[in-house]
Amino acid sequence: MKVGVVTFPGTLDDRDAARAATHAGTTAVSLWHGDADLKGVDAVILPGGFSYGDYLRCGAISRFAPVMEKIIDAANGGMPLLGICNGFQVLCEAHLLPGALTRNHELHFLCHDQKLEITNNTTAWTSSYQVGQEIVIPLKNGEGSFQCDDATLAKLEGEGRVIARYVGENPNGSRNKIAGITNERGNVVGLMPHPEHAIDTLTGPTADGLGFFTSVLNAMVK
Amino acid sequence: MAKIVVDVMLKPEILDPQGVAVSAALPRLGFNFAKSVRQGKHFEIEVDGEPTPAQLAEVEKAAETLLANPVIETFTVRVEK
Repeated sequence: MKVGVVTFPGTLDDRDAARAATHAGTTAVSLWHGDADLKGVDAVILPGGFSYGDYLRCGAISRFAPVMEKIIDAANGGMPLLGICNGFQVLCEAHLLPGALTRNHELHFLCHDQKLEITNNTTAWTSSYQVGQEIVIPLKNGEGSFQCDDATLAKLEGEGRVIARYVGENPNGSRNKIAGITNERGNVVGLMPHPEHAIDTLTGPTADGLGFFTSVLNAMVK
Repeated sequence: MAKIVVDVMLKPEILDPQGVAVSAALPRLGFNFAKSVRQGKHFEIEVDGEPTPAQLAEVEKAAETLLANPVIETFTVRVEK
């Protein structure tokens, strides 16, 4: 199974995302933002970083990159798509996920290991977890505060589309402590913290993040 | 040559931490006039000649598509002589 990892100008975490995909037993394939070609991949990861320097708004320019047109079509057709951090911002800008990520409420850039609770394990990217399971993975962002209107929030909560929540103090002012959400179909997931930085204890604080990458393998094998 | 100006602001219900920080800094400098501050973005677009209604409609579309994110922001378009 092939998992594409997109590199935009300014992407930082593409190598770790590719390493995580490989560690989970899938084959990582590099995708370039300027090529409207998905190279036959079965799933795609939009990794973290500062694509296009975060100019205008985070993800606002990357969302129109040639590769994104193909990705949006494929995701609308059911292809598993995971956006991590800047990738989550791109998914919101592309309207594949509702809401938006705004400046952290206390303005600080955050970088720490963060405890999360998994709240939905029926998506293509979270089936390796149990609902209620607590995991610890790095959180590092300046604009990670999830915001949406009341109607959207009620819909997300009512449909169980919040996939992970921050445990303890709200680190960035996200509504309802939302760390990640999914679309109606469960194939598109956006997550602000970084599972790809926590796939083994040699390089990460835990191996808790690996489950996102094994989940998609299970989803494709089924 | 005319200038088309697009101003983008966060919707009132969206928290603006930058505006809050600016509004907290003002009184520290002795400026006590501000009840609150909201920070936005200002785009100046130069075009040749007088902008046509069709051009302005295009700018509206561009503002809605790229310059602003309608999920969290509002925008205005005006012509500056």
